[in-house]
Amino acid sequence: MISATLKRVAPQLVILAVVLLMNFAVFPGFFHIEFQNGRLFGNLIDVLNRGAPVALLSIGMTLVIATKGIDLSVGAVMAIAGAVAAAVVTGGGGWLTALLAAIAAGLLCGAWNGILVAILRVQPIVATLVLMVAGRGIAQLITEGKIMTFLNPGLIHLGAGTVAGIPTPILIWIAAGIIVTAIVRGTALGMLIESIGINETASRLAGINSRALLIAVYLISGLGAAIAGVIVAADIKGADANNAGLWMELDAILAVVIGGNSLLGGRFSIVASLIGALIIQSVNSVILLSGMPPEFNLVIKALIIIVILVIQSPRIKHTLYLLRASAGPAPRETTLHDTDPVAKESRP
Amino acid sequence: MKLRTTLLATAVLLAPFGAMAAGAQGKTVGFSQIGSESGWRAAETTVTKQQAEERGIDLKFADAQQKQENQIKALRGFIAQGVDAILLAPVVATGWDEVLEEAKDADIPVILLDRKVDAPDDLYMTAVTSDTVYEGEVAGKWLVDHEAGKDCRVVELQGTTGSSPAIDRKAGFEKAIADAPNITIVRSQTGDFTRAQGKVVMESFLKAEGAANICALYAHNDDMAVGAIQAIKEAGVKPGEDIVVVAIDAVPDMHLAMSNGEANATVELTPNMAGPAFDALEAYWTEGTMPPKWIQTESKLYTVADDNKAIYDMKKSLGY
Amino acid sequence: MMNTTSAPVLHAAGISKFFPGSIALDDVELTLYSGEVHALLGENGAGKSTLIKCLTGAYRRDAGMIRLDGQEIDPRGPLDSQSLGIGTVYQEVNLLPNLTVADNLFLGWQPTRHGLLDRKTMVRRAGEILSGFGLEIDPSLLLSAYPIAIQQVVAIARAVEQSGKVLILDEPTASLDRDEIDLLFSVVRQLTARGIAVVFITHFLDQVFEIADRVTVLRNGRLVGTRQMDDVTQSDIVEMMLGRHLETHLRRRDRSAPGKSLLKLKNFGKRGMIEPFDLDLHEGEVVGLAGLLGSGRTETVKVIFGVTAADQGNAELRGKPVKMANPRESIAMRFGMCPEDRKTDGIVGDLSVRENIILSLQARQGWHRPLTRTKINEIVDHYVKALDIRLASPDMPIRLLSGGNQQKALLARALATEPELLILDEPTRGIDVGAHAEIIELIEHLRAHGMALVVASSEMAELVTYSNRIIVLRDRHHVRELEGDAINTGAIVRAITQQEALA
Repeated sequence: MISATLKRVAPQLVILAVVLLMNFAVFPGFFHIEFQNGRLFGNLIDVLNRGAPVALLSIGMTLVIATKGIDLSVGAVMAIAGAVAAAVVTGGGGWLTALLAAIAAGLLCGAWNGILVAILRVQPIVATLVLMVAGRGIAQLITEGKIMTFLNPGLIHLGAGTVAGIPTPILIWIAAGIIVTAIVRGTALGMLIESIGINETASRLAGINSRALLIAVYLISGLGAAIAGVIVAADIKGADANNAGLWMELDAILAVVIGGNSLLGGRFSIVASLIGALIIQSVNSVILLSGMPPEFNLVIKALIIIVILVIQSPRIKHTLYLLRASAGPAPRETTLHDTDPVAKESRP
Repeated sequence: MKLRTTLLATAVLLAPFGAMAAGAQGKTVGFSQIGSESGWRAAETTVTKQQAEERGIDLKFADAQQKQENQIKALRGFIAQGVDAILLAPVVATGWDEVLEEAKDADIPVILLDRKVDAPDDLYMTAVTSDTVYEGEVAGKWLVDHEAGKDCRVVELQGTTGSSPAIDRKAGFEKAIADAPNITIVRSQTGDFTRAQGKVVMESFLKAEGAANICALYAHNDDMAVGAIQAIKEAGVKPGEDIVVVAIDAVPDMHLAMSNGEANATVELTPNMAGPAFDALEAYWTEGTMPPKWIQTESKLYTVADDNKAIYDMKKSLGY
Repeated sequence: MMNTTSAPVLHAAGISKFFPGSIALDDVELTLYSGEVHALLGENGAGKSTLIKCLTGAYRRDAGMIRLDGQEIDPRGPLDSQSLGIGTVYQEVNLLPNLTVADNLFLGWQPTRHGLLDRKTMVRRAGEILSGFGLEIDPSLLLSAYPIAIQQVVAIARAVEQSGKVLILDEPTASLDRDEIDLLFSVVRQLTARGIAVVFITHFLDQVFEIADRVTVLRNGRLVGTRQMDDVTQSDIVEMMLGRHLETHLRRRDRSAPGKSLLKLKNFGKRGMIEPFDLDLHEGEVVGLAGLLGSGRTETVKVIFGVTAADQGNAELRGKPVKMANPRESIAMRFGMCPEDRKTDGIVGDLSVRENIILSLQARQGWHRPLTRTKINEIVDHYVKALDIRLASPDMPIRLLSGGNQQKALLARALATEPELLILDEPTRGIDVGAHAEIIELIEHLRAHGMALVVASSEMAELVTYSNRIIVLRDRHHVRELEGDAINTGAIVRAITQQEALA
């Protein structure tokens, strides 16, 4: 199980290592971590900490994409959740109430998406586009268009605090990753989700309740977005409805893709998506540390990501496989699934 | 207590305009506002209404919810009602010629607030905007004076890459420090005008340069500065003391930071665009004088020397 | 009209095409003579469209050769075959509805003058061509302004004007009414008069007798035979399509009597899909569903399993009223089903064979109660052995298995839920002979152990081998029930065609 996972995420780990080395190249102190001011302090910690929102989004996004769907609304749901949390604490509520209210809002959004997709059969990209556009408006209504600031220490702790010196967001996304992975892989949920993503008709005929599963994945996505939204708001002690989570759905999708998960649904790996999120954050880190003028930000990011995606393309993968195979006997336990993309392509 | 401070501060802030109230009494002015996408925009609306009330102007307010077609509709409505003048805060720069033409044909003067448009300048009476290059200059001059010849390594948080306020505020600041070789910008990166990015980018500045090697932060807006201040604090450094913080906009949270000693200075982008506009209208109606095509608003510098707590409370009441 | 004494205009021989998992065409021959209407018949999956695609080059054939006018050809795609002289018109008209009729007719070979499009000439020529087919319409109007039949004639005109040796019509009448069919047929007759060979693919036998000169029948990817229409009756054709002789399997006479009543359907049906029918199923009984394509075989299967919920009648399971609302609930009631279309409705291609086999059982248990590793291995090992599923490893994706092994894995999936009622839709389609025999044996075995089975099949002989009873369907009606000694292929064919004769 563990070795299979390692094998699956090996390419992502290699890419992550390369990008981290690029960080080291532009800033030699990159790997330096120290304990100061009661918290771990260093660029590596920043990558883990700043990667939290996209990592949290990528968990739900992985599951949604595994069902052949997509959730464009997560960025807007983050804004809503942040606004709800801020509204609760500024209205005198406690941080736990705020967190629960934000999570409820996220689940509500997830349920809305899920119902549109699973029951009304609206195409996922269209269904979630509705909330992507409308959601930010809802968030702005809650904050009245301003940055709704708050001083509740409990809530702020979720975004800017530390536990045993480790920034809370890091602990939150790692915990979320472990919990969701344990649930989908410890039960049959993962296989059933993959099944409906690969062939929904066949899955339905095999007795799988595809509606319930579809709604479930959008609920998980909404939940992740809500927590990410609370973290982002807590981090700056304010709900910024205009900017919170803006375009972050695209980073989440990118994380899933860098994680080697197919946008056509089916087999998925949450761990790989999480590493994908870290890769994206490491790329951002390279840009920030390099000191290049901001006009180059997008160009650098695009270049690095193009290289990553090209390396992961089926054709290159297959070539690499052939190279390895010709160098020595192919590893015995490899399944055709991983190593023979051509077999997939040659289907009529 | 709080209320009294607020009233007091409002009176102080608005005093110079209040005295002039005269020739606009009983006039009707239409105001097409973009929307309420930011606190500053909300404050602009509040101040405009206050200004109108003080001068006895009947203000007709229309919120366009970020849509140009709503603004054009509002303008046509104002023209049909036969208002005496129109204030327009345009959401985009292009596509105004036709409706401005209609206003001109109806002999209704139009004054642009806060932003300019791409239209022949005979189609509007004047534009009241701030000088964004000058704002950067004021911030830069303040830093030059504050450092008084000491070596100072500055990190800069730029606005959204390619946006005109980001370009102008950068240029103005650089112009001001050009003659001060002791002040150098060592790192400059975009924070997208947002609090969250301001914090993230400041974190990387602190690590890349080392907190001890950064003397000052210049942010293109207060939101980024407020985010950066948090990053500075989390790095165990004192903002306002160890690292000087100067920014632009003068939003309430920046005043709060200054009153806490966590920021040093900010240049105001005044929400009072309507005051100068009404002044120009009054002069036009009473004496027939045409204002210049551009009225530059004051770019007032606030520092820790001001009563920032009071200003914070007052500005909060404006709807920021 | 047809001239069979001269050399054939098109001769294809030894055409074979393999797909991973199935043999689509196996050594098929087709000969077309100038001026004939040649019907190409066969059930779904018999290989008609694969053959056409091999002829037009849309598929690369794996073996065989094609001669056009005595010259060997090797078309590399529909455009290529078009220019060689083989035109194709599909059921869904593949023209551009937002262009004019004339544009559509001349797209790609527009008349030009001084290098510019000569629209006037184009419209005039289009008018001439179409009136040649008895069609007086305005070619300068948009194609979408005209009904499907006219659009089809435009498509035919386009195909014929460009090539004009062979015209393939793939189910052209499926969506036409009688008048439109008459229009189409008159066009076809004009074409044959010009010496064009027309291949006519359809499911409507009466239309075949109306227009065709000869007929070629395919079954399961193989050629059954080519006949002169004058020499055959409808019954002969049905027999050719559904198969009569299955030499290896003779009907067994020694079967035990069915057990207790399991499922009773009364007046059960779904409007627009299958007319109401009664069915009384017993333990240890195989009920066969026979009929031509579109007769309601698959639809019957679907309402019983709840793929589409019935909207009339009632059902009793062991005397208790039940509803089959969806497959999940049917599986909970211990029904099992193997669908007709393995690829789209059966296998979950990228999942492993192991996962595919336990899928239904796991779905019934619920996601929160995963089967243990041991239990899964036990089940998979058992069925791989019992059904002789041949695979490199149970962890390989099921899509890489051959058709027969995929089918066995799907049977294993259904059997793993230990059903009391097993519904099989075309269990032997597109699989090799060995697996075919094994599956038939399995059906016998399951019946002998008390399971109730409903088997829909287009292989009559096969149904005769294992069915206790056979229900014959036509036009979405259950028209006849055959039992005991009354079961034989002749009786089935009579039941299918009798109604036809009355109609």
